[in-house]
Amino acid sequence: MSPDLPVVFAALMGAAMLAYVVLDGYDLGVGMLMPAATRAEQDVMVASIGPFWDANETWLVLGVGLLLVAFPRAHGVVLGALYLPVAAMLIGLMLRGVAFELRLKAQGWHAELWNWLFWAGSFLASAAQGYMLGRYITGFAPGVGYALFALLVAGGVCGGYVLLGATWLVARAEGELQAKALGWARWGLAWVALGVALVSLASPLASETVYARWFDFPRTVALMLLPAASIVAGWWVWASSGRLRRAQRASEWAPFAGAVAIFVLAFAGLAYSLFPWVVVDRMTIWQAAAHPSALKVVLAGALVVLPFLVGYTVFAYRVFRGKARAGLYEH
Amino acid sequence: MGGEDVLLLARAQFGLNIAFHILFPSITIALAWFLVYFRVRYQRTRDAAWLATYRLWTKVFALSFAMGVVSGIVMSFQFGTNWPGFMNAVGNVAGPLLAYEVLTAFFLEATFLGIMLFGMERVSGRVHVLSAVMVALGTSLSAFWILALNSWMQTPAGHRLVDGQLVAGDWLQVIFNPSFPYRFVHMMLASGLTASFLVAGLSAWRLLRAREDEGAWWTLRAGVLVAAVLAPAQIAVGDLHGLNTLEHQPAKIAAIEALWKTQRGAPLVLFALPNERTRSNDFAIEIPKGASLVLRHDPDAELRGIEAFAPDAPPVAPVFWSFRAMVGTGLAMLALAWIGAWRLRRAGRVGRGLLWAFAAMSFSGWVATLAGWMVTEIGRQPWLVQGVLRTADAAGAASGAELGASLTGYLLAYGLMLVAYMVVLTHLAGGGTQAGRGTPVAGPDCGGESREAAAA
Repeated sequence: MSPDLPVVFAALMGAAMLAYVVLDGYDLGVGMLMPAATRAEQDVMVASIGPFWDANETWLVLGVGLLLVAFPRAHGVVLGALYLPVAAMLIGLMLRGVAFELRLKAQGWHAELWNWLFWAGSFLASAAQGYMLGRYITGFAPGVGYALFALLVAGGVCGGYVLLGATWLVARAEGELQAKALGWARWGLAWVALGVALVSLASPLASETVYARWFDFPRTVALMLLPAASIVAGWWVWASSGRLRRAQRASEWAPFAGAVAIFVLAFAGLAYSLFPWVVVDRMTIWQAAAHPSALKVVLAGALVVLPFLVGYTVFAYRVFRGKARAGLYEH
Repeated sequence: MGGEDVLLLARAQFGLNIAFHILFPSITIALAWFLVYFRVRYQRTRDAAWLATYRLWTKVFALSFAMGVVSGIVMSFQFGTNWPGFMNAVGNVAGPLLAYEVLTAFFLEATFLGIMLFGMERVSGRVHVLSAVMVALGTSLSAFWILALNSWMQTPAGHRLVDGQLVAGDWLQVIFNPSFPYRFVHMMLASGLTASFLVAGLSAWRLLRAREDEGAWWTLRAGVLVAAVLAPAQIAVGDLHGLNTLEHQPAKIAAIEALWKTQRGAPLVLFALPNERTRSNDFAIEIPKGASLVLRHDPDAELRGIEAFAPDAPPVAPVFWSFRAMVGTGLAMLALAWIGAWRLRRAGRVGRGLLWAFAAMSFSGWVATLAGWMVTEIGRQPWLVQGVLRTADAAGAASGAELGASLTGYLLAYGLMLVAYMVVLTHLAGGGTQAGRGTPVAGPDCGGESREAAAA
């Protein structure tokens, strides 16, 4: 039996997007937390993500690349409908990407400008991504109500990235900055809880497809495992950060692991809500898929390359394990 | 707003982005190999001056690379936002080529760049050299895939129609299509020249301020010598590339030569104002039979003019002028590289006049590269994929207002980034290998002593 290639590629694309959201999520989150830190702390924060941000953003290129390669018919529809938020996200990513370099290399007020643009770009990119997700879930339905829903999702995604960024800093920073990060993590968690609750309530109202998926007894009961597990993950973040604050024994990576778990669970819920649509209510993955000959050649390449990719990514994270220090970014 | 105007806006936006993007890979593809050389010299000699040189140029590379990455991400989205018809029509061929670029090149260069930039004190010297090689390999591989795709769009081969869908029949034919070898070598040499003029130019800028900086003399010499070797090679490859274009895309050659009518013994037009309305040249200065001689090696050979291809012919004036800008810049680069190399061989040093000339030509590679891309891309019009897909048929449904708003945003962002990039580069170069050392390094707040900070 030959594998169902569109399903394989939907899974690959989903995995790439999830990897992107978690990986760039923490570095965008660190960017959004910049105004809450002193200048010296900001340098440590940037140093903690400096070696990784570039590879992290490559997952976005892979994700959108897979959409383009595997589902060419959907690619144009999705990106066309999201034209302006995509442009906003790209401008945000561009400004913050070069700000990594320029906030240290520029002189005088220019350096201040790029330091500010690093924050602003991170925020713009995160909010735009959340807005795009909100528009995507509703199948790009027109109207003010749907736009408000997308803004709600944008707020939730920003909160999620702040949570990831703060918990990343808990693991990578020391002393005063770590203590601050523990506080930020709890704020981020509260923000995410509120956002997830509001989006979960609004989603079934905003999309009949989603409603039908979730409110189909008796399956609903089994599905309640997902929100239940999310609550456990949230509690885990709260409890482990509390222990760390009281200087009790806890892994410094525990809050970050909990935050990642929340993202994975939210992603699973989203995947369940939308599969097999690639453009909600309009185009399934089978309708949008490229010719099998193209899918096969990409899959073969991906299977050969991905182990190496994972291998050297792990190697890079091992090289830079331990606490971040400001000087690191002075390459 | 009419469809024509919206199409023009979509093309302007994509053209702006792709032109902005190519500036940075055209530096980093070859600069990565310069860095490997500097790093290996340090590994061999353990001379602190080579380390300082490597560090200075790493800063230039890191900034250029970041600019290339972020503008490249924009491109991956604009394929969909601006040209949805492109992927619909030829996605089965173009998609896998792009996917292989991401899989084999992007992750490789991005991941090892982190180690190359920040890992010098954390990995052994060998692993660090290997990281620099991996980054260079990644940038070159990236060029390989994207030029395979671009060349396929110019001279498509290896594809066939199955159930009304265009699919790849033979991937080797798709990748190694007729114009690929020429275009790939031409672009790699262009990058070599862009980077070597940047290295020579910024070193000259440093030497104008501090003539005794030995490291800057080393890099000036490296840049000038590489340029002196690559410049004539580029002219030879460019000529072969032109003959290949004559065979596969004769309309582009007609536009380059501003040849409106098919004729025997066609003249070589040195200067003219091509006139689309009258379909002829105003104020032409020509060498009789020159074009036939150059292109066919026979003064009486027949060359086809624009009229033979109309209405599927490219606009003449932009192609004609871009070609002359490219050749003119290239010849100036050749002359300066040779004079510089000759002076350096004879005297080991060059005077202030030549230093000024190199400093002024720091970014000459950009001019030639951009002009060259305009020749080949505008020269392919009205086709997006030669003979397969028209540009107009691939355009998206974005409204004029959406295009206008986002174009304004991109323009502002690009303008800001480009100015900052050039100011910082000049500042880095002016400070020489001392640049960036004065930046205060914070440490005490996060645990006191910092080995990395001290080493950086």
